[in-house]
Amino acid sequence: MLNQKDILSTIEMIDQQHLDIRTITMGISLLSCCDPDPKRACEKIYDKITRCAEKLVRTGEDIEREFGIPIVNKRISVTPMALVAGASETEDFVPFALALDRAARTCGVNFIGGYSALVQKGMTRADERLIRSIPEALARTELVCSSVNVGSTKAGINMDAVALMGRIVRDTAKATEDRDGLGCAKLVVFCNAVEDNPFMAGAFHGVGEAERVINVGVSGPGVVHHALQSVKGQPFDVVAETIKKTAFRVTRMGQLVAQEASRRLDTPFGIVDLSLAPTPAVGDSVARILEEMGLEVCGTHGTTAALALLNDAVKKGGVMASSSVGGLSGAFIPVSEDEGMIAAARRGTLCLDKLEAMTCVCSVGLDMIAVPGDTPAETIAAIIADEAAIGMVNSKTTAVRILPAPGKAVGDTIEMGGLLGSAPVMPVHPESSAAFIARGGRIPAPMQSLKN
Amino acid sequence: MNAIVTVVGQDKVGIIAAVCALLAENNINILDISQTILQGSFTMVMAVDVEHAKVPLGDLRVLLEQLGERMGISIRIQRQEIFDAMHRI
Repeated sequence: MLNQKDILSTIEMIDQQHLDIRTITMGISLLSCCDPDPKRACEKIYDKITRCAEKLVRTGEDIEREFGIPIVNKRISVTPMALVAGASETEDFVPFALALDRAARTCGVNFIGGYSALVQKGMTRADERLIRSIPEALARTELVCSSVNVGSTKAGINMDAVALMGRIVRDTAKATEDRDGLGCAKLVVFCNAVEDNPFMAGAFHGVGEAERVINVGVSGPGVVHHALQSVKGQPFDVVAETIKKTAFRVTRMGQLVAQEASRRLDTPFGIVDLSLAPTPAVGDSVARILEEMGLEVCGTHGTTAALALLNDAVKKGGVMASSSVGGLSGAFIPVSEDEGMIAAARRGTLCLDKLEAMTCVCSVGLDMIAVPGDTPAETIAAIIADEAAIGMVNSKTTAVRILPAPGKAVGDTIEMGGLLGSAPVMPVHPESSAAFIARGGRIPAPMQSLKN
Repeated sequence: MNAIVTVVGQDKVGIIAAVCALLAENNINILDISQTILQGSFTMVMAVDVEHAKVPLGDLRVLLEQLGERMGISIRIQRQEIFDAMHRI
């Protein structure tokens, strides 16, 4: 029989340390929904999603009940919409977003991702139409998430797209002004976007993927934090070992749930994304793990090194626990969604520049960061360019999900509620980057791209 | 299919009797029981066979939770695989 101590430790992880499955995400290919008639295409999209994901939420709830492990979100990701909508004879892509929103509501999922375009090397007419429709699409829908890939290690950085996205982010904030610019929380600008990411807002179902697939994202910052409390003052080798063991356990649980969901939904299992995804709840914070390693406040000197160790140990621990690891897999640092990050940002210790340095060693990028509402579009574009450069040169995914808070200035706070949390408005450099962004063109791919 | 029942709470007369009675009523065989007092609180872990249970696991969970509420203790049932996955290689 199982050891009583092990059983009770699992229950304690679930009850007191916020151990959960963060998301079961069903990826659905919409390539079969292309149609010259946009109305017909939208019908096909709605029908296919609601047919494929009909049982997703109920199955997630059943697994939750039987295994006694919370499954926080059930979500859907679809083929980048620019590829599907591009086949239709229309200039207006917003109806496609509305179709996604309707389908997501019918299925009962929390979010649907894939109102996306991949433009790292160049933009097609469809890509550009989709990107220009993002502010309206996000203002008129509730559950749709959008992402745009503007760079990659292989292609370089499309600076025309970067400049455009600076304006789109600002316009999206404006279009959702009545909701504190909430639209921007559902818009991610990527470099090296991955095709099997189960986490929102950046999830989409890549064209290299199967017809349908189940991807699972685990979580567990609270469990790692708790485990580290038992090795206070010990060397980093011990810290790394402790994180690895914890990540292994958490990922094994994710693998079990993924396989069970895949079997019950008769959908192939894709990947487990072994990310440490925080929530605004106390005891579920990545920042507090870094502080547990000996930093007074997250953001002070040493934070980047602490995060590098954490990110690496999470992967090493998790990789043996799953038959297929994918997605973003690492530590997330979304400021508004992490109680410790919010506290550190309020105190002024955690600033934008430090966050940028941290993104060199973690799995994503500048995430859920509120900046003043009057931040120029060129400055936002330049922030995106910096992040994309980090991703491009380091052959890793980076992303920018930045929230220009309408009518707010440094020191104010925006409240988004739920898992999105609240974000203190952080200062940006006032000096202009306009002439830099105005150049346009493409930053060539680095030497690392020439591997063949 | 095996499941694990865990009972945690303040010790009192009749906890084991009540839990076992409910399991028996639903045709659930108990495979193993271990029980201790951990830091002052009653802690029991049972391995049970739910293969021939009269009700699905989800319903059983609700019945056990209701019993727990009446007795002021926490009772839960989970499929064993979750513990195997986390603690066995």
